[in-house]
Amino acid sequence: MFKLLKYSLYDIVKSRFAILYTIFMILVAVSIYQVSEDMSKVSLSLLNIMLMIVPLIAAVFATTHFFNNLEFTELMLAQPVKRRDVFLSQVLAVVIMLSAAIVIGFGIPMILWGADSTVLTLLGIGIALSVVFAGLAFLASVLTRDKAKAIGISLSFWIYFSLIYDGFVLYLIYSFADYPLEKTTLGLVFFNPVDLGRIIMLMQLDISALMGYTGAFFQNFFGSAKGILLSSAMMLLWMLWPLGVAMRVFRKKDF
Amino acid sequence: MISAQQIHKKFGKLEVLKDFNLEFDAGKSYALMGPNGSGKTTLIKIILGMVIPNTGEVFVQGESIKGNFAYRSNIGYMPQIGRYPDNIRIGQLFSMMQDMRPGIKEYDLDLIEAFGLDKIMDKPMHTLSGGTRQKVSAALAFMFRAEILILDEPTAGLDPMAVETLKNKIKKERDTGKLILITSHILSELDELTDHAIYINEGEVFFNDTINSLKDITGEEKFSTAIARLMEWSLKKKKKITDLSHV
Repeated sequence: MFKLLKYSLYDIVKSRFAILYTIFMILVAVSIYQVSEDMSKVSLSLLNIMLMIVPLIAAVFATTHFFNNLEFTELMLAQPVKRRDVFLSQVLAVVIMLSAAIVIGFGIPMILWGADSTVLTLLGIGIALSVVFAGLAFLASVLTRDKAKAIGISLSFWIYFSLIYDGFVLYLIYSFADYPLEKTTLGLVFFNPVDLGRIIMLMQLDISALMGYTGAFFQNFFGSAKGILLSSAMMLLWMLWPLGVAMRVFRKKDF
Repeated sequence: MISAQQIHKKFGKLEVLKDFNLEFDAGKSYALMGPNGSGKTTLIKIILGMVIPNTGEVFVQGESIKGNFAYRSNIGYMPQIGRYPDNIRIGQLFSMMQDMRPGIKEYDLDLIEAFGLDKIMDKPMHTLSGGTRQKVSAALAFMFRAEILILDEPTAGLDPMAVETLKNKIKKERDTGKLILITSHILSELDELTDHAIYINEGEVFFNDTINSLKDITGEEKFSTAIARLMEWSLKKKKKITDLSHV
């Protein structure tokens, strides 16, 4: 397992993409730190960029990596190694690379210009979202034989969770404005990892007062120990289920 | 040594192997033949665990391969088309494969020297020509002194000199009592290297016996004409020859 991971990581680190992504993250963080002195404003801006960029990159990169590495996978499957290990080493290599890019890219400016706990939460959410979307991308990859199709499915996951889902929630809230919808919206948030990440972060930033009664309700929920536990558990579930399903498919896949 | 029992494999609606039974014994060498798309490579991939059959089981050295991976260290496999990671160098590829089989310490480096691969160890895989890739695949298949050698069209794309080197190596290993399984469309080569002929047609075993008895049954002196006769019969869907041969 560790040997496989070593070779997968070696291959990934050598690719230009890993370096470009890290540099891009550094540039984003540095430029946002330059604009404002207020740490919570910095966090908020970083959050907004991260919620768009990180899932997109994770989804596209994981899919292309799976198909570019198909030769390596096939080679390994003829060797005395477990199928599970072949799959896990690929996933771990992608996740480690994506997480490292976020930690280094956002971490260096933080060390230089200071950070507080909110920024650490931000890093955590970035890593969690990378895992979620890498997992969805691997799922799309093992279910198709065609690279273009897999990238299409991965991208539609991203569009769905970043854009369409929010539109759907807004429409729902608007249509049923006369009813108390706090609990419903809370439930809906759990079904979208991007929203979940956003809410967890916003609740740390003391700007929930701007969000009216629902904001207060959310603050009440996500501020409590139970809320934190439940939302982290839900995030963990989002990180695990696509990878779990993808692994089951991979173990029965023909190469 | 290898026993495939009631293998059934479908790709979508296409039935590649139908209720497929075959035995391969140690110390024998088999020629696996059949028209394109008859299921030869699928059978090999099933033995290697790369393709998973819908039903049926494969036993290698008495153990079922289902959920098993250790048995693959006894198999040297040369794929039809060797596909390798682009960025890796030949030397790195060899040491990586050696790393995957930590139990084996003594390597068979004959082919690496015979093909002159030791002189181009630092070349990245993507710069290699098709023939050189094929040489790398061959060297890897023999490197671990595996008991079972599965060679899928081993000489396709090799230059005549390399073909001779590889054939001599195969003969040498065959004479040490290894199980050798070769697929090829070059009949003279199969006649030279193997003593058993297996003819697969549309996912079924059409003929399975020694090459000598194949010549007897078809009444032909030459192996290639015997096979041509066999193909004719398989097209006419005449009586199964396997039944005849065991009378």
